[in-house]
Amino acid sequence: MERERQRLRATLVLKDGTTLQGIGFGAKTEMVGELVFNTSMTGYQEALTDPSYGGQILLMTYPLVGNYGTNAADKESDHVQPSGFVIRELSPDAEHRQSEGGIHSFLKDNGVPGIYGIDTRMVVRHIRDKGVMPAILATSDSEAALDPKRLLSKLEFDYSSIDFVSKASTKKPLVFNKGGKTRVALIDYGVKMGIVRELMKRKCEVHVLPSSTPASDVRALEPSGILLSNGPGDPAMLAGAHRTIRELEGDMPIFGICLGHQLLAHAFGGDTYKLKFGHRGSNHAVLDNRSGRTLITTQNHGFAVGRIPKGFETTHTSVNDKSVEGMADEKRRIISVQYHPEASPGPHDSLYLFDEFMKMM
Amino acid sequence: MKKPKKVLVIGSGPIVIGQSAEFDYSGVQACRALKEEGIQVVLVNSNPATIQTDKDTADFVYIEPLTCGVLEKIIAREKPEALMATMGGQTALNLAMELHRSGILKKHDVRFIGTGAEAIDMAESRERFNALMNRLGMPILPGKVVNDIASGVKAASAIGYPIIVRPSFTLGGTGGGTVYNEADLCPLLELALRMSMTGEALIEKSAIGWGEFEYEVVRDSFGNSQIICNMENIDPMGVHTGESIVIAPSQTLSDADHQMLRDAALKIAEGVGIEGGCNVQFAMNQETGKFTVIEVNPRLSRSSALASKATGYPIARVATKIALGYRLHEIRNAITGTSAAFEPALDYVVIKIPRWPFDKFPKTSREIGTQMKSTGEVMSIGRTFPEALNKALRSLEVKLPKEINPEEHLFPPTDLRIYALIESFRRGKSVDELHSKTKIHRWFLRRISDMVEVERRIGKEKMGKALMLEAKRAGFSDSQIASLTSSDELAVRTLRKSFGIIPTYKIVDSCAGEFEAITPYYYSVYEDENEAKPLVGRKVIVIGSGPIRIGQGIEFDYCCTHAAFALRELGYKSIMVNNNPETVSTDFDTSDRLYFEPLTFEDVMNIIDNESPEGVIVQLGGQTSINLAERLEKAGARILGTPTDGIDIAEDRERFRELANRLGIPQPQNDTATSEAEALEAASAIGYPIVVRPSYVIAGRGMEIVRSDEELRRYIHEAVDLSQKRPVLIDKYIDNAIECEVDAVSDGETVFIGGLMEHIEPAGVHSGDANIVLPAIRLSDKEKKTLIDYTQKISKALGIIGLVNIQFVVKEGTIFILEANPRASRTVPFVSKAIGVQLTKLAVAAMLGEKLPKINPKLNHYAVKSVVFPFLKLIGTDIKLGPEMRSTGETMGIGKTFEVAYYKALLAAGIRLDGNLAPNAFISLRDEDKPHVPELSENLKKLGFGIYGTLGTVGGVEGAIPIPKIGMGHPDVVELIESGTITLVINTPTKGGGANTDGYKIRRSSIRSNIPCITNISTANELLKAVLTLKKKELDIRRADEYAH
Repeated sequence: MERERQRLRATLVLKDGTTLQGIGFGAKTEMVGELVFNTSMTGYQEALTDPSYGGQILLMTYPLVGNYGTNAADKESDHVQPSGFVIRELSPDAEHRQSEGGIHSFLKDNGVPGIYGIDTRMVVRHIRDKGVMPAILATSDSEAALDPKRLLSKLEFDYSSIDFVSKASTKKPLVFNKGGKTRVALIDYGVKMGIVRELMKRKCEVHVLPSSTPASDVRALEPSGILLSNGPGDPAMLAGAHRTIRELEGDMPIFGICLGHQLLAHAFGGDTYKLKFGHRGSNHAVLDNRSGRTLITTQNHGFAVGRIPKGFETTHTSVNDKSVEGMADEKRRIISVQYHPEASPGPHDSLYLFDEFMKMM
Repeated sequence: MKKPKKVLVIGSGPIVIGQSAEFDYSGVQACRALKEEGIQVVLVNSNPATIQTDKDTADFVYIEPLTCGVLEKIIAREKPEALMATMGGQTALNLAMELHRSGILKKHDVRFIGTGAEAIDMAESRERFNALMNRLGMPILPGKVVNDIASGVKAASAIGYPIIVRPSFTLGGTGGGTVYNEADLCPLLELALRMSMTGEALIEKSAIGWGEFEYEVVRDSFGNSQIICNMENIDPMGVHTGESIVIAPSQTLSDADHQMLRDAALKIAEGVGIEGGCNVQFAMNQETGKFTVIEVNPRLSRSSALASKATGYPIARVATKIALGYRLHEIRNAITGTSAAFEPALDYVVIKIPRWPFDKFPKTSREIGTQMKSTGEVMSIGRTFPEALNKALRSLEVKLPKEINPEEHLFPPTDLRIYALIESFRRGKSVDELHSKTKIHRWFLRRISDMVEVERRIGKEKMGKALMLEAKRAGFSDSQIASLTSSDELAVRTLRKSFGIIPTYKIVDSCAGEFEAITPYYYSVYEDENEAKPLVGRKVIVIGSGPIRIGQGIEFDYCCTHAAFALRELGYKSIMVNNNPETVSTDFDTSDRLYFEPLTFEDVMNIIDNESPEGVIVQLGGQTSINLAERLEKAGARILGTPTDGIDIAEDRERFRELANRLGIPQPQNDTATSEAEALEAASAIGYPIVVRPSYVIAGRGMEIVRSDEELRRYIHEAVDLSQKRPVLIDKYIDNAIECEVDAVSDGETVFIGGLMEHIEPAGVHSGDANIVLPAIRLSDKEKKTLIDYTQKISKALGIIGLVNIQFVVKEGTIFILEANPRASRTVPFVSKAIGVQLTKLAVAAMLGEKLPKINPKLNHYAVKSVVFPFLKLIGTDIKLGPEMRSTGETMGIGKTFEVAYYKALLAAGIRLDGNLAPNAFISLRDEDKPHVPELSENLKKLGFGIYGTLGTVGGVEGAIPIPKIGMGHPDVVELIESGTITLVINTPTKGGGANTDGYKIRRSSIRSNIPCITNISTANELLKAVLTLKKKELDIRRADEYAH
């Protein structure tokens, strides 16, 4: 039972020395990561299993977490992806018809530490002002293990220098919905199952390929279209992916999502930059410049496209900071969005993009 | 779409159950949003205690009755191009539809902006709505619209019980309910059909026990839409959402559940054709995950006001911009300066609890269900569930019965269910037991159970720093901790501070901290970072009035809001403290800073400690704020205005009697008693009839006119119980006298008489329930002079700085003083509107040390305040009036003559004598009123009424139809009322008398049949005279500021 868990203490130390002490849950361990926050009020399980959170410690701004437990249906990958979980209040029990267990066991089984009972809003405001930064989260029942000075001294972490993609990507090709009407090659940089599910709903045979798959192997599958998935890390450092994408251009339509969108920018001469504290949540408004409609979207990105490549037009723009949220090149038959049209968690306003992709194929 | 130049906004009229201050709030936002665009606003509302009827809010203000006829006159005069129908609740929506259907809008070329007639009809007509849901593939509960009882019974047995009955186009579920069998169905359905504007009602399968969820949608005319807030009713289906404890956001839905309902809400808003805001309600069987659509409100609602305050997103403002053709992303979020296109993210939980008037209506069943009975609500904000719950509970300011037997309140639920749940856990009941009884989601029950566990530990363990912090984070107040640890509140406060445990304040910013907020508001929590750095500059705290309740309504919120405006004009910053989500005072831009907090000593004092203001204004928030004065002052706060000793003299009967004696002002003979023996002795010395009441009263709670030893004994038994050993006050009751009252402002030297008002009813009817006229019509100049003289003497003697309200009785040339209230009264907005001088503004200036200007407003017209009662909703309550206040809201009528003003005020209050096809009046008077029968009958006949009555009353009236007493033959009066023959009842009750008297039955059936029932002979006479005068000419309708010349 969640209620009977051992009382752990926890310390969260940020790179600038900011220290918070609270109650620990999940695994008894210590982990480093880039501390980021997400403003969704539901969907903690989907977030926890979203591979794009690799290398990050995730803070939920909504204070009550774990109320409806965890279940098999809402997983975006097979394990917990962030290296730590920070919340204000942990529900001591889970009450939902689908619940198979609480957040505590879920994290514990995955070896990930959590902290609650701290002033999470203070942390959010700090990050908002100072920008995202590395942090270390330790859970323990011993004072020494929780000593902030010791933890700070161990905090060596450079998010942009680590290749998270090869870790997050599938090691061998997988096929979903074999025999489906339309064959899609999905290059997996850390794909959310939500994307695969949307393609399957549209009767696609989805080939999930390792991120290192050469263009020739992709082509050999004779897919009707290519989907470049989301994933963690800095898009600028993935030179191999840029090259592969360039090589794939022209044969068939390409749809890029999140990291996939950023990689497209790099592949064709555009660039990306790091946002101060990212866009993470399910309430961000995006303007579809072609239809004039606003969409409420799910976002999870720390980088954004700065200059879009020649030949592309900006199809989607963030209503608030005007950053590029989507681009397309009609000639090359490429569309891409910075945000998550597959939602999970979040609003379904942008599912139409999958339909657009289907039409292109 | 071209922007209109002039727009008509219809308000919601007097406060009634189901329609409260939230529509002043939404109306004000709408007016401001229109004016920003350079659009002229014509505003119509009969409720003077509204900010929207201030001349600064709208361009052309009409304080006139909300009827189709009056509105047509205004439309013809003002020629607006467009109409906004969605800002004034169901009242405005129904009126707009009536104007539309009768062709008046077309005739005058007025179009709807925002959600239009077609969409409104689609949402409100059950048949069309159900057809739309079928087309959209939205699940609905099986149901059938019926127009008569027989088809209702047939439909119900086809669908299967339990059945819910919903009349179409009514307010707050009036006339609806849940029934389990045919026997109960018939009477309810009959009522529902009568209540419905269209004579139709829906017979629907009841989803009792399912989870209930609400989605607040905004949608622009280009089809962009989003959810502002999703809310979960902690009370499952079966309890009206207005009667439920509500939490935002939903706590028990997974993201998949939430997105399913979100998709449905947006699809429905699109299908209906909403352009602005709407509210969609769902029921969800959380065992299966199946949901069903309950209804959609195609307008701003109480829920949207709650959603606005809970999220910081100004829905009414955005809906107005949408009505003008803006797209969502083109509208600015006034809190963060970013775009209004986004869905607010909360990083806290919000709990709303309704405030019920059962303390005022002890004979009414406390059961709550599908029909609204609550008058107001409180909202609280916390970072955990128990924190928000405890804060909300103490915001309610209710006095609980000494013992609560949980079994009586759990199911069917009563207003005390939440306390019954807490008590059940104290008694060791399990979550499963309580779930099976109440169907409340286990997650909530577990949190309440956890809260009770913390409570148990507070009572048992040693109070150290860790436990104190845990208790505070779970929302326990110092005074709760004190009573659990047998300590006192101040000792707990000192101990807590010695641990360094003081509240921090967090911001409501609509975005969970993602963006910086520019016009934030605050709530307290016990965490690390305090975001409320003390406001820089000269500043004053205004203490609000809490939830709307009988006796303390929107009038006080009106005064607090004006205090914020006045402070700004005087160069001070204003800090508002309040917990009522429905009001203008808690709008994010009313004051310089808003604290959304309970109004207890602890919560207010913490804010004073955080802000160190120059002073605190306590005289505007009714009894809630003034009751805090003494303790705040003792704790070091500076109270502005009348010193606390003056307040004490006014409220302490002994000290006040001494003062009156010293000043030579007559008082009705009076005494105090602390025991039954003392009371009987005092009564025999004074002589019956007497007025008895407990000390420190709010709106005459527990006040009664007593005429014998026996009645007095019974009263003492109940009253002492009520007032916790505080003495009982005994006054001589002065029969057949004129009651009058004065609202005045004093700067300590000059006393400005704002209004000398006269009650139309004789003394004995609570001043809050009386019809009041300004200027007085029956007092002599000499009497007026004396009244003014007394007012000045009392004000100076009490040291009044600011507002005072003094009540008098005039009997045969002698003027008796009844009481002095050293605070704003509920007539301040009425008087301010009547004389065109804002009394609150003068009062605030005086409190800040300024001298009153020389002003001498001239009244070239009459203003009458009338009232509305909640009897229709509170079945089981007698409607006769007495010293106990029972009205929920007020109307104002203005005219060049008293008759016109009086007629308008009553018309606005729903007493309609026009348009009856077969006008027949039933007269039944008590013996002392019988001499009025000839005059009354004469006037009724002149108006074309047929006259019915018992032989004893109408025997001498020519042409009258005598009918048997109830039960003595057929048809009796109740049957004639129910058959629709009798359309007006004039019944003056005899003294005493319970629920078995004929009078009671007559009054009840008139209420149920929705026909006017006048219970006071003066009211009746004056009304008939007024109508007679008016019959000859057109009703004179003007802008409020045009009456002065």
